[in-house]
Amino acid sequence: MVGIVGYGSYLPRFRIKVDEIAKQWGRDADAVRRGLLLKEKTVPAQDEDTITISVEAARNALRRADINPVDIGAVYVGSESHPYAVKPSGTVVAEALGIVPEVHIADYEFACKAGTEAMFVAYSLIKADQMKYALAIGADTSQGAPGDALEFSASAGGSAFIFGKEKIVAELLHTYSYTTDTPDFWRREGAFYPLHGGRFTGQPAYFKHILGAGQGILKKSGLKASDFTYAIFHMPNGKFPLTVGKKLGFNKEQLEPGWIVPLMGNTYSGSSPTGFSATLDVAKPGEMILLVSFGSGAGSDAFVFKVTERIDEVRDKAEKVRDMLETNRIYLDYGQYAKFRGKIIMND
Amino acid sequence: MPSPRYHREMPQRYRLEAGKCNTCGHVAFPPRMVCNCGCRDFKDERVSDFGKILTFTTIRVAPKDFETQVPYSVAIVESDNGVRVTTQVVDCRPEDIKIGKKVKFVFRKMYTEGHTGIICYGYKAVLV
Repeated sequence: MVGIVGYGSYLPRFRIKVDEIAKQWGRDADAVRRGLLLKEKTVPAQDEDTITISVEAARNALRRADINPVDIGAVYVGSESHPYAVKPSGTVVAEALGIVPEVHIADYEFACKAGTEAMFVAYSLIKADQMKYALAIGADTSQGAPGDALEFSASAGGSAFIFGKEKIVAELLHTYSYTTDTPDFWRREGAFYPLHGGRFTGQPAYFKHILGAGQGILKKSGLKASDFTYAIFHMPNGKFPLTVGKKLGFNKEQLEPGWIVPLMGNTYSGSSPTGFSATLDVAKPGEMILLVSFGSGAGSDAFVFKVTERIDEVRDKAEKVRDMLETNRIYLDYGQYAKFRGKIIMND
Repeated sequence: MPSPRYHREMPQRYRLEAGKCNTCGHVAFPPRMVCNCGCRDFKDERVSDFGKILTFTTIRVAPKDFETQVPYSVAIVESDNGVRVTTQVVDCRPEDIKIGKKVKFVFRKMYTEGHTGIICYGYKAVLV
């Protein structure tokens, strides 16, 4: 049996409301709330980045896994906001967790699906008996250009998953990936903010790939939507995952626990993994979960998990996603937000 | 901070590794070569993840690398296993901090060496 031994998430405490961003740019906040189904988003503190978020999420995963960190043979961090252009995030994370030096480390990048890429490879290494445990993390301090629609959603957070063959809390039964070359969203080397193709990011990108991966894994596994208690689809806004879920035959009750985007925003590589983590927080033994990510460029990874009895032993050993989302919030105005996100030109 | 010194201090800055004297039992953080009792024999001891605030002060005129963070607080925290650590307390307003409040150690950026230098990470505390 291969699956998740421990899982954990981390979300910053700072928030900005959709209304505050809309006010800054003369946009209609009601229209944004209704159109994108977003209320507020997380904002990283000045001293937080993908590395610090990854460490905190992984520490929560280790609390639940209850294993010796030195038994972890691989650390993979998926993000599109790695703090260094050259120097891995994973080395800092592994050093902070006490996993070095006998460990394989790599950073992944594939827009919003870098986290599930890391999960896919970690799972594969365990399945191939290459190591006892492998740690996969999806985390981001997402970028969105000032005044762009992305600014309402681009947020910060991440989740970590330790894969192994013992002490499983969720068995991974099936995987499936669906990928094409689709130029829907990109950021060139050295560019501060990403660009996107507007409506082109919808049907030819998000919907095509999530539907491709979703239908593919259902066919491969012989399962149907009604076999799952929960499903999580990548959450660039509130509306897309509900729409794609409906197209695949899932109802709102199946999506609800993992549909955290109205309060979290889009944490890019940490988006669907954190929705999955929030779902594990409430899942019961024997329940089936479908997870489908989406990364622009473009591709989707799909996973079928079956929750085991150990979930009841571990879920309270670390802070749950909903608790992080709904408590200890500190709201920022746009000026503070601009300072936190480095959008103000300063002297050296 | 020069890269070699930053690298040397990673065990204490990243993982809160302290040294416990094998003669008198004193826990030194950051770790040191010689104990107050004269002993040079230490074993590794980790500062626990949680603690409480013993005392604190609030910085309103900060050194250059911390100017954008004012006002911020620096506290002496006693960990649950009795080690005293001087640390910044973040993600709160200074008026939220009180002596005796419980905190958790977290992994954060300490500062960056300008726009092109290394990013230095370490421990800070948040209220729980």
